[in-house]
Amino acid sequence: MGDLIGKSVKRVEDNRFLKGEGKYTDDFNMQHQTFAVYVRSPHAHANLVSVDISAAKAMAGVISVFTGKDIKDAGIVGSICGWQVDFKNGDTMKEPGHPILAFDKVRHVGDAVALVIAEDLGTAVDAASAVEVNYEVLDAIVDPKAAVQDGAPQVHDDVPNNTIFDWELGNKEETDAAFENAHHITELSYHNQKIVPNAIEPRAALAHFDSNDDKYTLYTTSQNPHLARLIIAAFVLSIPEHKLRVIAPDVGGGFGSKIFTYNDECGVLWASKQIGRPVKWTADRTEAFLTDCHGRDHVTDAKLALDAEGNITGLRTKTYASLGAYLSNFSTCIPTWLHGTLMQGLYTTPAVHVDVTGVVTNTVPVDAVRGAGRPEASFCVERLVETAAREIGMDPAEFRLKNFIPPFDGVEQEGYQTQVALQYDSGNYEGALKKVLKNANYEKLKEERAAARSDGKLMGIGFSTYVEACGIAPSAVVGSLGARVGLYDAASIRVHPTGKVTIFVGAHSHGQGHETTFAQIVADSFGIGMDDVDVLHGDTEKVPFGMGTYGSRSLAVCGSAIMKSIDKVKEKGARIAAHKLECNPEDLEFANGSWNVKGTEKSVGFGDVALTAYVPHDYPVNEEPGLDFASFYDPTNFVYPFGAHICVVEIDKDTGEVNIVRYIAVDDAGNIINPMIVEGQVHGGIAHGIGQALYEGALYDDSGQLLNASMLDYCIPRADNMPFFETDHTITPCPHNPLGVKGIGEAGTIASTPAVVNAVMDALTDYGVKDLQMPLTPQRVWAAMQQAK
Amino acid sequence: MKVSMTVNGTAYEHDVEPRVLLVQHLRDNMGLTGTHVGCDTSSCGACTILVNGETVKSCTLLAVQCEGAEIKTIEGMATNGELHPIQESFREKHGLQCGFCTPGMVMSSWQLLDRNPKPSEHEIRHAIEGNFCRCTGYHNIVKAVQDAATKL
Repeated sequence: MGDLIGKSVKRVEDNRFLKGEGKYTDDFNMQHQTFAVYVRSPHAHANLVSVDISAAKAMAGVISVFTGKDIKDAGIVGSICGWQVDFKNGDTMKEPGHPILAFDKVRHVGDAVALVIAEDLGTAVDAASAVEVNYEVLDAIVDPKAAVQDGAPQVHDDVPNNTIFDWELGNKEETDAAFENAHHITELSYHNQKIVPNAIEPRAALAHFDSNDDKYTLYTTSQNPHLARLIIAAFVLSIPEHKLRVIAPDVGGGFGSKIFTYNDECGVLWASKQIGRPVKWTADRTEAFLTDCHGRDHVTDAKLALDAEGNITGLRTKTYASLGAYLSNFSTCIPTWLHGTLMQGLYTTPAVHVDVTGVVTNTVPVDAVRGAGRPEASFCVERLVETAAREIGMDPAEFRLKNFIPPFDGVEQEGYQTQVALQYDSGNYEGALKKVLKNANYEKLKEERAAARSDGKLMGIGFSTYVEACGIAPSAVVGSLGARVGLYDAASIRVHPTGKVTIFVGAHSHGQGHETTFAQIVADSFGIGMDDVDVLHGDTEKVPFGMGTYGSRSLAVCGSAIMKSIDKVKEKGARIAAHKLECNPEDLEFANGSWNVKGTEKSVGFGDVALTAYVPHDYPVNEEPGLDFASFYDPTNFVYPFGAHICVVEIDKDTGEVNIVRYIAVDDAGNIINPMIVEGQVHGGIAHGIGQALYEGALYDDSGQLLNASMLDYCIPRADNMPFFETDHTITPCPHNPLGVKGIGEAGTIASTPAVVNAVMDALTDYGVKDLQMPLTPQRVWAAMQQAK
Repeated sequence: MKVSMTVNGTAYEHDVEPRVLLVQHLRDNMGLTGTHVGCDTSSCGACTILVNGETVKSCTLLAVQCEGAEIKTIEGMATNGELHPIQESFREKHGLQCGFCTPGMVMSSWQLLDRNPKPSEHEIRHAIEGNFCRCTGYHNIVKAVQDAATKL
């Protein structure tokens, strides 16, 4: 390795963004382009009596108006669910269809009923308001626990009791026994509320059909263009895959919401062929609230069993997880395999049982939002653990240290087999907690808290320690669990004749800084400059079939594919170098940008070998010209980052406002390529989790209206809500991938929500408040304080 | 309606529908796509630009309200390809990730530092509270503005 890995190299992608020269989907335009607007239901649940498009169609500048009937008659189905989670009794998961445009019934506010296409956006908007839809409004169901009751409104006729699946993991008998024998039981019942992703760039699509070669092109806001192409071509529009090119250019944040293949993008792609012109659609923010998949929405009862010495002996949860009105691509795996499997936490809990019922409701579909299942798990475990420690009068840090899984590196010591399917790869949980205690100066913090309280101030200290599973994922494993895709990634390396390099990667960068991190790996490995490497991503016609960016997988999975291609270049390069140096390849070692004959001064440079590969005059026999390799990497396990966070809050007694005074984090994501980028990911992740704890939440009324479907009404964390974050790390390498890396994109979010809530509960100790529902708004906190008085 | 304005030093005249927003006019009629649209309630600040030296969310103004205005957008911040010191500080301090909020964030930071060359952390956070960022947790954005304040 050279000297670039581990350095905070400034980002190579920044210049274009700073100058306003980034190119996002809505920045692209095509000749003869038209504009699309969807007509959306204002009702959460209604029969469609009629859709009258005649007035809209007659308007000047309107090109076409499509209804659900048009799309149904064309035999086009909507987007699909990519993960099958069956019932406990073996019955197949219920899988209601999700038409691109509703034709019989609408099932959430925002469900699309017509697609209007016009010469300009203003005309399309006008025409959309001229579409007359007659609805027969039905009772709606919003609460996932109430949805399974007999007599609840039925979202889909073919889904009795709105139940898509029921699912369990762990050992029920042993867990029951643990609770029967428990010395102390801690119980929490809560709603891990529905949150709206709110990437600042709304979703958009620019679709074009070229009749000359029967080929579609779709520019779109995607975290995974190849997956989008696969779903659209093979499942939604039934077109040959090679006749669809999906381009995800610069993308303004995803946070999960741009993983999925949405019906809206499919609809404009289909329409572009019908009208023979390009179609552009860009969501406005209200549409984003009503159509971007939401996250969380778990109604949970959770219990923790302890023995007399304060050892955790059992954990049991029952969760009703809303999937929204339709099954989004990965909706079913989030509350199950990405949630239940993390219920071991970092503890030696010998008996765990997780029970989840997945239900449909008349709300916006639910799928992955930053963390996806794992924040729900860490919230559950860490709230239970902290509450239990408080109940038995033990310091929460001490309680954790007592119950932690001892350190294991996955090499000398085996990985840790949990009670809930996973085998953690490596971890040193006490190392992270001890470091954060030191960085926070916990002893002094406790003194400050005591002093503050004696001054009548409400100061609280909250902990959260987490382990998560990311680097998604070993294909065979996820396949056995119901995934309908593989989850490898891919990277090609093209060494050019002059020794410059272009790499083509399946992971898509929408803020993560791949163009820098991946270039660092390549430049470092070949001993060349950062300027000598270009990173291409986001275009199915250029990059190999990789699965994209989510689940904190880019470096662990795509980075490993890059390493495989680097190794192939080095191996072939060594054969060419050996020919030039008249030695055996085994006599060579690669260092500082050249192949050197061990123990001599003889060497040949990377650029010389590259040139020779493309001008193969004096060349090894039977060796192909060129230096260009593709690799796929399928991980052998998930990776398991972990960490320990401390949040310090002060509550304004008069208003109930929670102020975060300090936030101290120690994360372990294995080896680090670019510390600056890693810290940036941690900051953003923490802020997202603080958002859920204090500010965010989709508010539905009983009729299924989303009451806060705008950035005015839905509280996104602002600069003046956030503190500076005190970040640090420990390094426990991943034992099973070539870079020894884990993942860091979601860790902050997984950690921070329970840390903040635990801190607030600590601050409210004297009021006897044991639990409060998120978000912990001033109103809720103040009301709880008044009630306690 | 006819409307003329000077944007980043170049004079433009267009015939626009009265309902066209200034941000749409910049993006669609002038091709200045560095100014972004992130919401429809003037909340997110991605469309922040300078109109006659004052920061304005360009989704709150109609194009026709800007007759004769002097406008500066993110495309006008760099000089001869050289980043403005504020832009440079955002790069130095990793004050951007996906880049979508960045143009508006840079413009709001410019306004702050123009009015208050040595802002406190609190003043910085207050000044950019109308610009949403979902990626950075604002940590490095505030650091970037602090850094820029030492350069200007």
